Amino acid sequence: MPTPSLLRNLGKLCLGLLLSLAVSADEPTTAQSGRVPLPSPPTAKATVSDTQKCVEPTENIRRFHGQYLRHQRNDTMHRGIRTTKYSLVECINCHVTPSSEGKYPSVKTPDHFCRSCHSYAAVTVDCFDCHASQPEIAITKVE
Amino acid sequence: MKEETPIQSPKRRDFLKTTAVVAGMTVAPGVLLHSFSQVNAADAGKPVDQPVTDAVRWGMLIDTAQCSDGCNDCINACKAEHGLTESVRPEIAPQWIRKVGLKDKLTGKTYSLPVLCQHCENPPCADVCPTGASFKRADGVVLVDRHICIGCRYCMMACPYKARSLVHETLEGQRPHSPRGKGTVEGCNLCVHRIDHGHLPACVEACQTTGHQAMLFGNLKDPNSDIAKKLSQVQSTALRPDMRLNPGVRYQGL
Repeated sequence: MPTPSLLRNLGKLCLGLLLSLAVSADEPTTAQSGRVPLPSPPTAKATVSDTQKCVEPTENIRRFHGQYLRHQRNDTMHRGIRTTKYSLVECINCHVTPSSEGKYPSVKTPDHFCRSCHSYAAVTVDCFDCHASQPEIAITKVE
Repeated sequence: MKEETPIQSPKRRDFLKTTAVVAGMTVAPGVLLHSFSQVNAADAGKPVDQPVTDAVRWGMLIDTAQCSDGCNDCINACKAEHGLTESVRPEIAPQWIRKVGLKDKLTGKTYSLPVLCQHCENPPCADVCPTGASFKRADGVVLVDRHICIGCRYCMMACPYKARSLVHETLEGQRPHSPRGKGTVEGCNLCVHRIDHGHLPACVEACQTTGHQAMLFGNLKDPNSDIAKKLSQVQSTALRPDMRLNPGVRYQGL
């Protein structure tokens, strides 16, 4: 004859088993491939030239875009230099493109250009707490 | 220590002391001025790849006789330009420019004037800033670098004009040219993104296009600019001149 406390514990055990089953059923992609899928950021609106895609060679812009942006930010903020080559606004204007329904993704959605890679790399950027993550055209459309 | 007496009549001193701060909170919705009309500041924009220099000092002259009570065109233009739209707690919503009503108690004469960051030559906000986020640009524009602002609000306490606000709420839908965010202090930036390209600040443009002509903007250091010419002809004053901050914003007919 089981004691009432044993019954309670058995109940908890069953609940735990059920929960762990539910959790493992929730992650089919990672469980199947064993890896987080590689990011596939959307294509930019245009290329800088026929030979070069972005304002710097791709391997440089991938590695150093943070430094470029920070340097530009200080130049613009403190010295009023308003060149567009490394401007965050210009990055957004070119890289954040409308979906097939004509909607511009914001940084809140996983298909946003910046978000797609930064989520993969587990890097949290706080640029878009203040800066617009969509081009001007998308924001004026909403208004 | 003896306080130095400012050179001004006691009447005006009292008058400024008893300033009744009335925030112009009435907003007429729908007044949005998006067009960048080319009202030239007579000081064309510098080349974009060049830094600002101290050959320029931006300033503003506000004609109190032309600024009418109840007109909020400059405020609305500022809100539209910078996306100052939060409405969660309107009583603490940031304001970059506000209308202040003044009344001379002796004569009963009332004034209504826009008060914005006065862009002091010796800005107290920059003096007290512990991180260097508050600073004065070479051309005299006083700014907050919100990348390094920690939101301590010392500058808000130091500013005698109450020109700065803290953003209390999480924001969405910021304008690309005017980033703003929760936990940082902000204030009028004289529309640097416009003046660097040779445009007028949004408030001045709105005041001129609606025909009030109460605000004049330009380079104080250029003797041929409209504002320098006018300043040499008319009597004008700074707000609280006793503090010797030498603001870039001056008032005519006060």
